[in-house]
Amino acid sequence: MIQVENLRKEFGSKVAVNGVSFSVEKGQVLGFLGPNGAGKSTTMRMVTGYFRPTSGKITVGGVDMLENPEVAKRSIGYLPENAPLYSDMTVSSFLDFCAELRGLRGVEKSKAVDRAIEMCFLQGVRYQSVDTLSKGYKHRTCLAQSIIHDPEVLILDEPTDGLDPNQKHEVRGMIKRMGENKVIIFSTHILEEVEAACSRAIIIDRGKVVADGTPDELKQRAGGAVRVSVHGVASGEVKEALSAVSGVERVEVTAGGDQSFAGRAFAAKGRRPADISREIAKLITAKQWMLEDLHPEEGKLDEVFRAITRTEG
Amino acid sequence: MISKSDYENIKTVFKREFFAYFNSPVAYVIVVIFLLATMSFAFFFGGFLRTNNASLTQPFFFWHPWIYVVLAPAVGMRLWSEEQRLGTLELLLTMPISPWHAIVGKYFAAALVWAIALFLTCPIVFTVFYLGNPDSGPIISGYLASYLYAIAALAVTSAVSAFTRSQVVCFIVSVAVCLMMTLIGFPPVIEAILKSLPSGMDFVVKGVAYTSFMDHFYEMTKGVIYPRDVIYFLSVVAVSLLITNEAIRAKRA
Repeated sequence: MIQVENLRKEFGSKVAVNGVSFSVEKGQVLGFLGPNGAGKSTTMRMVTGYFRPTSGKITVGGVDMLENPEVAKRSIGYLPENAPLYSDMTVSSFLDFCAELRGLRGVEKSKAVDRAIEMCFLQGVRYQSVDTLSKGYKHRTCLAQSIIHDPEVLILDEPTDGLDPNQKHEVRGMIKRMGENKVIIFSTHILEEVEAACSRAIIIDRGKVVADGTPDELKQRAGGAVRVSVHGVASGEVKEALSAVSGVERVEVTAGGDQSFAGRAFAAKGRRPADISREIAKLITAKQWMLEDLHPEEGKLDEVFRAITRTEG
Repeated sequence: MISKSDYENIKTVFKREFFAYFNSPVAYVIVVIFLLATMSFAFFFGGFLRTNNASLTQPFFFWHPWIYVVLAPAVGMRLWSEEQRLGTLELLLTMPISPWHAIVGKYFAAALVWAIALFLTCPIVFTVFYLGNPDSGPIISGYLASYLYAIAALAVTSAVSAFTRSQVVCFIVSVAVCLMMTLIGFPPVIEAILKSLPSGMDFVVKGVAYTSFMDHFYEMTKGVIYPRDVIYFLSVVAVSLLITNEAIRAKRA
């Protein structure tokens, strides 16, 4: 549905986006991750046809964005960063305006506006001036604008920025629901959001794609660990024994002494922490150590994120 | 050449922009100030009644360029500066329309505000017809000249506003440009320059004066509509809108 090849954007001598390529198919929700200033917004602005790339190719539904922007833009709904709105309009007149720019007229237009208002829970502020709305409502008004023509592709730049926890939850739910029969690309720097809503995630750092996969795949990059805590044995002995268990890459001691051990056994690449904890349980039973704690820890996305965006590039 | 969708898109942008002028106090304030200014200039400085002459050229139209120098930028400064400040430029330009639809639609909205302002000066026309027996030719050509002057100044402001997100900067720069375009054709200024330069330079001064708004404006208020003067103002509009387009494109490049 969307194909982006070797996208590059320079502002003067500064390279903001440096060779980004990806493609997204219908039914996928793609999360765009990256530190501030990594090039997320710039990439989205190029895909939506706002910025002209220095080089590269963008096709949306088979239409080239650079050669035929007016057609390519039709299938895209876009929520720009900070949700800009015309402050002198009411919610409904703003949505009417956007619907008209999308080529909707008459009954079709009023149906589309009603539907968008309903989907974004704007019924209560329908005839209110945009100026007087709270940040959450402003955000949802702009979101309503992006879905007004029921687009095949939805591009959302930080859709949950500045919302309260309930609204965040609602927006995530909405993204997930709509993602079933659309292409959705959204950027965020909240990692739980990626786990909650994405079927795929791309991490961008300094203008380059540094990771691309499902949230689970990315999590595995961090590898998991097993937290172990035993009593009645010297920590040095435990450490040695744990290191010998198959699948354990290394052992970290968080608290140890002559009579106790607490620490983590990190899983080697490709091994699940759950499998390793089974092995460790066998070891502990065999040695008859007094067990206090044993549980597997899944890899965390923010660890992956930090590891990737700090070291590479 | 202009397809139905071009027309529809321009109309949509035009409608929004036009109502935006009247949803905020901007249009009312400017129309009222324009009417106060034109009328007070006509009665107090132009000697509309004192000269005992049934004509609008000297007392009324003579002052319009000076009023436009200040008021046209006040109307036009929000055109693109405001879009950039609010960030709605991004919204507008990711819609499936051509940037030209937005440029033309917005410009027409501002031009219509001036048409309304100018139309509301009609009581002075009734007054001259009531008091005397004026020649209607110069009145018609005067209105045409005045309107062309206004829309040329608006187009210049549109171009300036595309360069900056600050309305204040846009206003000041636009006033400066319009003032210059007016002064270089203002007879007292030209005479002063002609006197101070050797006579060999006359053609240069006259050439520069010919490119000014004022030169073409005067010709028309005298009652003769030359196509070249109309074409002059329309080319100023066209060039300014082209610059607007280029400035917006440069922002996105």
